[in-house]
Amino acid sequence: MSTRKTSEPFWWGLFSVGGVVAAFLVPVHLFIHGLAVPLGWIAFPHARMLALVGQPLVKVYLFVLIALPLYHWAHRFRFVLEDLGLHALRAPIAVGCYGSAVAGTVGTLWVLLRL
Amino acid sequence: MAEETITLEVTRYRPREDREPRAQAFTVPYRKDWVVLDALNHIKDRVDGTLTYRWSCRMGVCGSCGMMVNGVPKLTCAAFLRDYLPGPIRVEPLAYFPVIRDLVVDIEDFMGKLRRVMPWIIRRTEQPLTAGEYRQTPAQLEAYKQFSMCINCMLCYAACPVYGLSPLFIGPAAIALGYRYNLDSRDEGYHLRQPILAEAVGVWQCTFVGECSAVCPKGVDPAAAIQRSKVAGAKDWFLSILLPRGGRS
Repeated sequence: MSTRKTSEPFWWGLFSVGGVVAAFLVPVHLFIHGLAVPLGWIAFPHARMLALVGQPLVKVYLFVLIALPLYHWAHRFRFVLEDLGLHALRAPIAVGCYGSAVAGTVGTLWVLLRL
Repeated sequence: MAEETITLEVTRYRPREDREPRAQAFTVPYRKDWVVLDALNHIKDRVDGTLTYRWSCRMGVCGSCGMMVNGVPKLTCAAFLRDYLPGPIRVEPLAYFPVIRDLVVDIEDFMGKLRRVMPWIIRRTEQPLTAGEYRQTPAQLEAYKQFSMCINCMLCYAACPVYGLSPLFIGPAAIALGYRYNLDSRDEGYHLRQPILAEAVGVWQCTFVGECSAVCPKGVDPAAAIQRSKVAGAKDWFLSILLPRGGRS
């Protein structure tokens, strides 16, 4: 099938689901962990947080929360650079952007598995 | 009382004579019911008969009088002088297209892309005339109707920075029209058309700037057609990886 000729659908698919995560889940955590907990609006002791993170399902959730938006960033940033006129560097830009997201994914896995 | 006037700065370019396009200022009578096309027609009839531009219907149907008006792609038959007071008004050929002469651009690239997406109804087997028309419910018509309003004026190409950067991009109007036939309940050509929309120079080039939909004079939303074709393309791609026969029946 000729749609297989290009890997774009794969990266766009990750961009797309990453965008959903970034739009719907990330703001919730920004609010809870960035505002509500530090400002004392809700009590969420560190020990409890750490215990939660030890749960396998929570790890899966955190992996989705952290890794997928990286691909959203990678795809968007790649096209921002291309739109800025760096067309001659298309291939290294793509490798750099998606490579960073893959590195971030591996790093996320490493941290989560060690917790 | 002196007659009210307005100045148009019109791009002029004569092939084989001019090295670069240049702007020429014309002062024309101002009438509040005149559009930019009326002013161009006044110049051609009364001032300089060599001014060259395309137009036909004068009523937003034919799609031939698209030009850049103060840097924005517009149908000049729908761009009122009164909206550009006190002037001057810059009138230039559509951006990103090669200029043939003055305000006339070469549309061959677009015509070729339009043919590539096969914007017509494809049937596996054509039913005989005696079988009557292919019938459709109002809901089936509604599914694609807005995309069928495209008049091929190419304003969306002149508004698309991606087309400006990568001229191979199939572009908004052609994708919207291909998508229109993919949505048509009478059509059976998805398997022929979608691979063209979903190739590397197809929908994936789009970075969702959205200007195509913003400038469309007919209220078509090519950006939506492109994004939805991406969803379809991504679905096909993942199915083709996961299922032995590419997920196609």
